[in-house]
Amino acid sequence: MLAYLVKRVFQAIAVMFAISVIGFAIQDNLGDPLRELVGQSVSEEVRQQLRDELGLNDSFLTQYVRFLGNALQGDLGTSYFFKEPALDVILKKLPATLELVAGATLIIVGFSVPLGVYTAIKPNSILSRLIMGLSIVGISIPVFLTAILMIFVFSVEFGWFPSYGRGDVVHVFGYWDTNFATVDGWSHILLPSIALASIMLPLFVRLIRAEMMEVLQSEYVKYARAKGIHPFRIYFVHALKNTLLPVITVGGVQIGTMVAYTILTETVFQWPGMGFMFLEAVNRVDTPLIVAYLIVVGFIFVVTNTIVDLIYGLVNPTVNLARMGA
Amino acid sequence: MKHFASKLAVATLTATLGTAAMAEVTVKVAYDADPVSLDPHEQLSGGTLQLSHMVFDPLVRWTKDLQFAPRLAESWEQIDETTMRFKLRDGVTFHSGNALTSADVDWTFDRLKESPDFKGIFAAFTDVEVVDELTFDLKTSEPYPLVLHTATYIFPMDSQFYTGTTEDGKDKAELVKHGDSFASRNLSGTGPFTVTEREQGVKVVFDRFDGYWDTASEGNVDKIILTPIKEDPTRVAALLAGDVDFIAPVPPTDLKRVEENDGTNLITEPGTRIITFQLNQNRVDAFKDARVRQAIDYAVNNAGIVDRIMRGFGTVGAQASPAGYLGYDESLTARFDVEKAKALMAEAGYADGFSVTMMAPNNRYVNDDKIAQAVASMLAKINIKVDLQTMPKAQYWPAFDERAADMMMIGWHADTEDSANFHQFLTHCPDEATGNGQYNSGNYCNPEADALMAEANAETDTAKRGELLSKLEGILYEDAAFIPLHWQNLAWGARDGVHAEKIVNALNFPYFGDLKVD
Repeated sequence: MLAYLVKRVFQAIAVMFAISVIGFAIQDNLGDPLRELVGQSVSEEVRQQLRDELGLNDSFLTQYVRFLGNALQGDLGTSYFFKEPALDVILKKLPATLELVAGATLIIVGFSVPLGVYTAIKPNSILSRLIMGLSIVGISIPVFLTAILMIFVFSVEFGWFPSYGRGDVVHVFGYWDTNFATVDGWSHILLPSIALASIMLPLFVRLIRAEMMEVLQSEYVKYARAKGIHPFRIYFVHALKNTLLPVITVGGVQIGTMVAYTILTETVFQWPGMGFMFLEAVNRVDTPLIVAYLIVVGFIFVVTNTIVDLIYGLVNPTVNLARMGA
Repeated sequence: MKHFASKLAVATLTATLGTAAMAEVTVKVAYDADPVSLDPHEQLSGGTLQLSHMVFDPLVRWTKDLQFAPRLAESWEQIDETTMRFKLRDGVTFHSGNALTSADVDWTFDRLKESPDFKGIFAAFTDVEVVDELTFDLKTSEPYPLVLHTATYIFPMDSQFYTGTTEDGKDKAELVKHGDSFASRNLSGTGPFTVTEREQGVKVVFDRFDGYWDTASEGNVDKIILTPIKEDPTRVAALLAGDVDFIAPVPPTDLKRVEENDGTNLITEPGTRIITFQLNQNRVDAFKDARVRQAIDYAVNNAGIVDRIMRGFGTVGAQASPAGYLGYDESLTARFDVEKAKALMAEAGYADGFSVTMMAPNNRYVNDDKIAQAVASMLAKINIKVDLQTMPKAQYWPAFDERAADMMMIGWHADTEDSANFHQFLTHCPDEATGNGQYNSGNYCNPEADALMAEANAETDTAKRGELLSKLEGILYEDAAFIPLHWQNLAWGARDGVHAEKIVNALNFPYFGDLKVD
């Protein structure tokens, strides 16, 4: 276990290094940050001078080495737009994104398990067919379209939910403000959570269904049935437990993907999280912030994947982690 | 009341407060962007000017019909060729409680001269001389016709408030372009509102300033909450759903929706930003021939673009200056005649046409990429084959600076609200030393036109100056120095009861201090 962990940490560092190089390499192709910082009639001379001050005229290597040196001391640069350390900006936006992901995860877990199990047990019922049909639709519609549709239906037409923003948030600690403490907060987070869940939920329903159906065919389930154990116990205790193993693996990877999808959801709902911030940063060519975002998100990916592997080991102790890491 | 949550909140409020004091008038505003900084001199942009009109106040400001209205300057007079004497309004106080004096104007002027973004506008000005507490002279090196135009950019800052050092020893007056400074986070102006809360990119809260001098204004808004909502559909939805009271801009695709929807109103005005194409004469020999340039102008159907692509939401243009500007010549009308265009091409020896490259941004101007596509297909009719490339503005501007294509799109709004500004940046012979022609990717160069501009910029007689500038527009039109398309219109959406039509203007900085809400 320990050897495995150490190995994973080294892998993580290598991955982070690669991300920083790539992130840094693409920033030159994003455009000229100066244009977002100055007015239209500022002379080329003044712009050159500002570029010098920002160190943008240095060679790639000089810039990268400077960045790496600072990064190792926890300084990922200063955002041009926010005029604050990029890491601080991201950490301030992180809670909003994590709450959104948490909201979507709740929806996914809450619905995918019962729906997946039901469609596996009764594959031919009308309801199952309907669920499977809808899941195809859900997977095929892009997140931003779902989001815009939901705003127009539930905010504009019915007026049930607010169309943008986080609403009343309650301060928890540090940078953390929560949506889950007020009715207004809940009403604001619901639509974006559903939109974010809209791609993953159908995926998980289908995954759980497929796994469940396979398990239901297995010998031990047949044996349990023969012994006369109550079907509910068979489905939800014996079968589901084995079904969930692959689901957890996929799920872990998908949490990372979901963080990526927040870019679209947050943009449409004007959710003040880091996905929205990232897209804005790209538009503004706020390069320090872009690189810092890539590093933070890369970090989240690496950490979740590692944790998932560990949980996997806990759920199924027969998995040999040390060998997996090799 | 539409939302569960707000319903509940209101219910609780009424229950606890009962019949509380008179309700506060709060207006929720959604723009597509928020000001980059609280420092009015950090960036010369629409967002900054919008902010400046809310929390500071200019010496003079533009009226709806582009005339000058006194604000902090009560009156002014030309006392000699290069001096304009201003009299400040008495009894104006800053948010800090300090009184506004000539010294503040002097201090602000010096700071403007230091600002990379603003110093260009103030290049002609040499000094502010304080005469007494409320009187000062604004001096130029040469006779200069745009003194009042420039005075609209002087938003006096509270010199006492911005003098001294912060706790960590930084100068409070410091003007930092891309970093943290006292002025970028704190402010004290004379304007109708103060900023009480700000989370950049998320929201800005403005509260009415109790000591605002303009008590004659019918503005009755106590609080403004500004939220930047970048996505067009979300911004429109927020207005339609009643989550916000006022939005800008309304995208062309949703104009009808906002107008026809019960409870919301659409307000539009012709704007002053001209959208054009430039023809690079250094890259394409054919563009050196005025007949070819005219042929292109004849081939492009400006009205069609405004009608079909802009959905009527633009004003067809044939010159750079919009109506209302000194120099605008109403006799210049858009040319469109494909047969004539073909004839001109043949006359110039290009009946078989040629191929050119074209570049346009795809997120800078309204429908910019679609306009470029339309122009490309229109040129195909006169056998000019266009290889079009569109890209986000962040990549477009460096390409524009390199003059990377034969035809490039550029939109321009004159910072000085003056006709000469278009020529100075867009069609003047490129000159690195003076910065003239900085955005002239066509390399059009006509000494006669440049001489006219120079003459106009030294002419303080408005009527004479108008003639010079009209003549200049006429020359550029005859020469087809560039291909004008249209001025982008401006659109705002407001819910019923928000009398926004009175406070908006072609310059797109609504005077929120005067906003009346029922």
